[in-house]
Amino acid sequence: MSKDVIGSVLVVGGGIAGMQSALDLANSGYYVYLLDKSSSIGGVMAQLDKTFPTNDCAM
Amino acid sequence: MGLVERKATHRRYAQAIPGAFAITKRGTAPCRATCPAHVSVQGFIALTNDGRYREALELFKQDHPFPGVCGRVCTHPCESACTRNAVDSPLGIMYLHRFLADTDRASGNPYVPVKKPRREEKIAIVGAGPAGLTCAYFLAIEGYQVTVFEKLPVLGGMLTVGIPSYRLPRDVTEAEIQVIKDLGVEFKTGVEIGKDFTVGQLREQGYKAFFIGIGAQECKRLGIEGEDYKGVYPGVEFLREINLGNRVHLGDRVAVVGGGNVAMDCVRSALRTGSKKPFIIYRRAVEQMPANAEEIEECREEGIELMTLTNPTRVIAENGVVKAIECIKMELGPPDKSGRQRPVPIKGSEFQIEVDAIIPAIGQETDWACLTDECACTLNDWGTMRVDKVTLQTSDPDIFAGGDAVTGPATVVEAIGAGKEAAVSIDRFIRGEDLFAGRRTDWTPVQDVPLDGLPHVARNPMSLLAPEVRKTNFNEVQRGYDENTARAEAHRCLECGVCCECYQCVAACKAGAVTLETHGQKPETITLETGAVILAPGFEPFDPSRFDSYAYAKLPNVITSMEMERLLSASGPTGGHLVRLGDHKEPKKIAWFQCVGSRDLNRCDNSFCSSVCCMYAVKEAVIAKEHAGDDLDCAIFFMDMRTHGKDFERFYNKAKDQGVRFIRSRVHTIDKVGDTGDLAVRYVTESGELKTETFDMIVLSVGLQTAAETVELAKRLDIELTPGHFAQSAPFAPMATSRPGIFVCGAFQGPRDIPQSVVDASAAAAAAGEILAAARDTLTVVPEKVPEVNVFNERPRIGVFVCNCGINISGTVNVPSVRDYAATLPYVEYATDNLYTCSQDTQDRMAEVIKEKQLNRVVVAACTPKTHEALFQETLMAAGLNKYLFEMCNIRNQDSWVHKHNPDLATQKAKDLVRMAVAKVGLMQPLKEAQLDVNQAALVIGGGIAGMAAARALGAQGYTTHLVEREALLGGQARHLFQTPDGAPVAARLDQLVADVSGDPNIQTHLNSEISAVEGFVGNFKTTVKNGAQEQVIEHGVAIIATGAVPLVPTEYSYGQDSRIVTSLELDAKLKADDPAIEELGAAVFIQCVGSREPERPYCSRVCCTHSIDSALAIKARNPEANVYILYRDIRTYGEREYLYKEAREKGVIFIRYSLEAKPKVSIENGRLTVRLTDPILGRPVEIDTDLISLATAILAPDNNALAQFFKLPLNDDGFFVEKHAKLGPCDFATDGVFLCGMAHYPKPIDEAVSQGKAAASRAVTLLARQHISTIGQVAEVNPALCSMCGVCVSICPYSAPSFRAATERFWPGRAEINPVLCKGCGLCVASCRSGAIRLKGFDTDQIFAQLFALNEAS
Repeated sequence: MSKDVIGSVLVVGGGIAGMQSALDLANSGYYVYLLDKSSSIGGVMAQLDKTFPTNDCAM
Repeated sequence: MGLVERKATHRRYAQAIPGAFAITKRGTAPCRATCPAHVSVQGFIALTNDGRYREALELFKQDHPFPGVCGRVCTHPCESACTRNAVDSPLGIMYLHRFLADTDRASGNPYVPVKKPRREEKIAIVGAGPAGLTCAYFLAIEGYQVTVFEKLPVLGGMLTVGIPSYRLPRDVTEAEIQVIKDLGVEFKTGVEIGKDFTVGQLREQGYKAFFIGIGAQECKRLGIEGEDYKGVYPGVEFLREINLGNRVHLGDRVAVVGGGNVAMDCVRSALRTGSKKPFIIYRRAVEQMPANAEEIEECREEGIELMTLTNPTRVIAENGVVKAIECIKMELGPPDKSGRQRPVPIKGSEFQIEVDAIIPAIGQETDWACLTDECACTLNDWGTMRVDKVTLQTSDPDIFAGGDAVTGPATVVEAIGAGKEAAVSIDRFIRGEDLFAGRRTDWTPVQDVPLDGLPHVARNPMSLLAPEVRKTNFNEVQRGYDENTARAEAHRCLECGVCCECYQCVAACKAGAVTLETHGQKPETITLETGAVILAPGFEPFDPSRFDSYAYAKLPNVITSMEMERLLSASGPTGGHLVRLGDHKEPKKIAWFQCVGSRDLNRCDNSFCSSVCCMYAVKEAVIAKEHAGDDLDCAIFFMDMRTHGKDFERFYNKAKDQGVRFIRSRVHTIDKVGDTGDLAVRYVTESGELKTETFDMIVLSVGLQTAAETVELAKRLDIELTPGHFAQSAPFAPMATSRPGIFVCGAFQGPRDIPQSVVDASAAAAAAGEILAAARDTLTVVPEKVPEVNVFNERPRIGVFVCNCGINISGTVNVPSVRDYAATLPYVEYATDNLYTCSQDTQDRMAEVIKEKQLNRVVVAACTPKTHEALFQETLMAAGLNKYLFEMCNIRNQDSWVHKHNPDLATQKAKDLVRMAVAKVGLMQPLKEAQLDVNQAALVIGGGIAGMAAARALGAQGYTTHLVEREALLGGQARHLFQTPDGAPVAARLDQLVADVSGDPNIQTHLNSEISAVEGFVGNFKTTVKNGAQEQVIEHGVAIIATGAVPLVPTEYSYGQDSRIVTSLELDAKLKADDPAIEELGAAVFIQCVGSREPERPYCSRVCCTHSIDSALAIKARNPEANVYILYRDIRTYGEREYLYKEAREKGVIFIRYSLEAKPKVSIENGRLTVRLTDPILGRPVEIDTDLISLATAILAPDNNALAQFFKLPLNDDGFFVEKHAKLGPCDFATDGVFLCGMAHYPKPIDEAVSQGKAAASRAVTLLARQHISTIGQVAEVNPALCSMCGVCVSICPYSAPSFRAATERFWPGRAEINPVLCKGCGLCVASCRSGAIRLKGFDTDQIFAQLFALNEAS
């Protein structure tokens, strides 16, 4: 395997998908840069009230 | 439409992570950008609007020492740039700061800025005009010893001797100069540098730097014949004489030559000194006059003639005294360099006017007598000083210059700007710093200020003295704004920059987090080297404003579904109280309109289905009813109800049972009902009847679309997009973009719901992990572990940290008294309070204190352990304490926040909570977390698409993977499939995947094998795999369940009675085999939902609509003449699958809907195959003779019971495995170390199966990569002496942690014991143990009682 491989990943977007990717990668031994254009992560999901079909709170 | 106003300083929501506040800046407001002194205009206006005049003035004076002067004489470039120009008229910015200055002056206590510590360096300022005074002001604030040398006997330069006092009263200028005197600046008047002193002498006297601000005081000559006759007065001299108090009368007829402010000042001063008919001669037109418009207007009001397009050519004298002036008429020619039309003389148009005096006022120049030989600085061709544009440094490093002396005659505010910049340069020069570094030179104003729909608000006019009252004297003409007018004018500000830059936050932030530097932060470009990129930019909700017929922008009671989410949310604008926005009335009837911005090519470009809107609308309707009560009428207008996700159909059915109305109709228009705020809707029912219904509120179920900026991003990254602007990918590699190394997940991959996004996210992580496996753990850091101090048998030494949480707690609770109280409690050795206990510096201090005071227990009285316990526990560990020797009590959420109005009781309650926590923590013992090695092998059960994808992902990351398949071949159900929706044959890609799996040395495939036993737990499983009679035990750390699903064998529609009636998969086999019969078909009928969405199987099989449409298109492709019918209940071609549906309709596939109550009937009579049903649109029975019937059979879970029991996994009513969390844990199980993917989870197409396979692998790798896992310390423990062997704990535990000790054990045989590795600390066994034999560590009975007793002490 090439020695040039860089063990870090840039994740663009801190919504639910970006956060999950970032967590999986960080917990798998890779350094993650998580980028979001807003001042906090969470994306659209953080604005939702409840989630279907379980009506769990989105936060 | 916004639901609530948000301040520029904000946190997006209470639980935002990071929890810090952010400041929204759109950019620099044009007023500030344009002002040469860059005054924070929006800021002082915002403060004025707020009634905080003193703060507003202080803010102004941070940038500019002359708010009163400039409030009267400024050329106000800020107003010309004001965004409000595009709406109505600019703000009266100068009138506003004049108001502030006048208010300050009238207060009797004028503001003097705070000086920084004294510096001994002496600085000489030459010239006491606006430039020099400003430079002196800023240098004095910096602490320097400043002396100003002025040639005239008075201070202020042109302010005092150039501008007449009816415009700028002397006391205004004097008051603002007084502030500079109060700052300690020394003034020497009547001293001329170059004559009385030289720069060289001053250098010898210790002056370290010089600022030359001598202005341009010498009037330019007209350059015409007769200019030296008596009666020609240079304008500046004329003004100076008057301003110095000398009476000058020039006669009745005075010609003032020029069109600038000096000319206006001269002509109006002449009027005031008794001239009957002073007038202006100007060579261009009025529009080109450089004078302020107000000045010109006031001239006119005073009856002064403006003789424009006229140029003097000769002065005619009698006896050496001016008698007349000869002029020539001009006309405007082509534009010159300045862009203004050049005036051209009209030949032969000369004429003479009799005058008593002539005042040339066409500009000034500088007298440079001050520059003596020892100065190296030089002048340029225009007779002005040559300086560096940014630093204003001359060729002499210690000499700086600015103002008119550098620019030629310019404006007061430009001179002020120069003085300010020179002060910065001089300060840096003296400190030996770089004069250039970090100086802001780019002041590009913000552009994109939204102006739509802004009401016109007229500018508040300035009140003036009447012309007849004012024109005979020098009383001030402009009278200034009063307070109400100022507030009203300030209110007109559009807040272009969002953040107004008032810097009140800088003063307010006790943590010092917001500084002027923070405000000065600029976008910066940073370069990151990474091994892979994952794109998760998400979607934007469709903006329905452009649909006029829905009048979203106009009708407040028409809202989007996102706004509905906020209205329903407890943290929303109404605290979850469901009211309509227009009038805050509680709605009784709400309608949802589906497919707004989705499945719509006519009104928008989004022809795809957004996949999630049906389900969220149903959810919102159900929640709305929960909020408002069952009486709330909820109606959902839809085309096809697409509830194709796991457990979604049940939710839909339940909503119908709860009375949510589902109306299959697309509504065209919303009409408002008078002024009631109600909304009328006309629609056509399924039976063709036109109905009108009135609703209180309408929710537009807006679709998901890719934001324009994401499309731009994709272009920059050079990745391909689909027609719907989603990332292009292939079904067998759904997370891969067209560019290697860049992966995609979430809604940018295609419109999708949360669980699918989470699956894709893990899949993308796995895909990145596969290419980076060689570099795993190379860039991550492992926190250093501090050895744990043994506190066993030590007397408790408790430290209590009481948090102020800024003012969150201390605003209500008397924190010092809680702290002092805590110090009196038993075993408390140390008590303190902190502004923010969670801040990094407090954490460092806490660790020090623990060591210093040898604390062995810690209580933090602050916020919630949910968010902060882990942080404090880390600090304990960093100080060498076991992290369980800790207790948190929540004196914020449960005290200060909820008892705001009862500070005394809140303080008492805080004391109670602290006392209880201290009582509990004293009994806390260090708890051990078991460390387990994680076996580095994985077991994947099921060799279908998902299982193979998982195995590949694991193998590629270097983990030994056992792939167990029941059949003799890998491939699962995919082996029966014909093609993927993109038209690619499945077989080829499947064969490739099988080959990849077979060729991976890390993957051991076990065919014809089944699981017969499983032992162990996360990290250490032992699974027996049986191949016929052979058994093999595999040790593995993780397991992935990928056991797939099976097709229903139909019992309806005469299946099995005629070879022409087939299932979808059987039709795929025919298509794969190129069955020639397909080309002979006269007609083919597809029947959907065969076994799905039935009472005994209330779920949607998700793939069948797309599958049937795809097959119908395949038939049409081979046999275009065939009549193809699809009989359906709802077409569920979600996402971009919708294009296939559209294509099928275009190609003539006929879709006929049927209902569950009236299913199609199949008959076989005399070899004739007929399908009969009722067409719901025509309302008539339809009979179709056909040659083929394809049944879209349901997808069933196989019998998973054995496997479920082996791994302790739950199954749902339909037999599918139940994941850990429907949204956030779609690939995980509640059982650690076991993961889920593919159709074992729920029916899904190939791309989703691949994705979930990889996702499950990613989740598994997060465990494998850790090598070790630790369990929690708060586990249950059995006291075997008390155990009665009843077995309740064994049966009740969801995690199989309790078991009976073997009968053969030497001690306590048959008694219960709890495996701490499996225990999750839920406490079920503790509560259910009837012998009281089980205790939960960390929540021990004595601890709970101690808390209760401690509480009791209060009463």
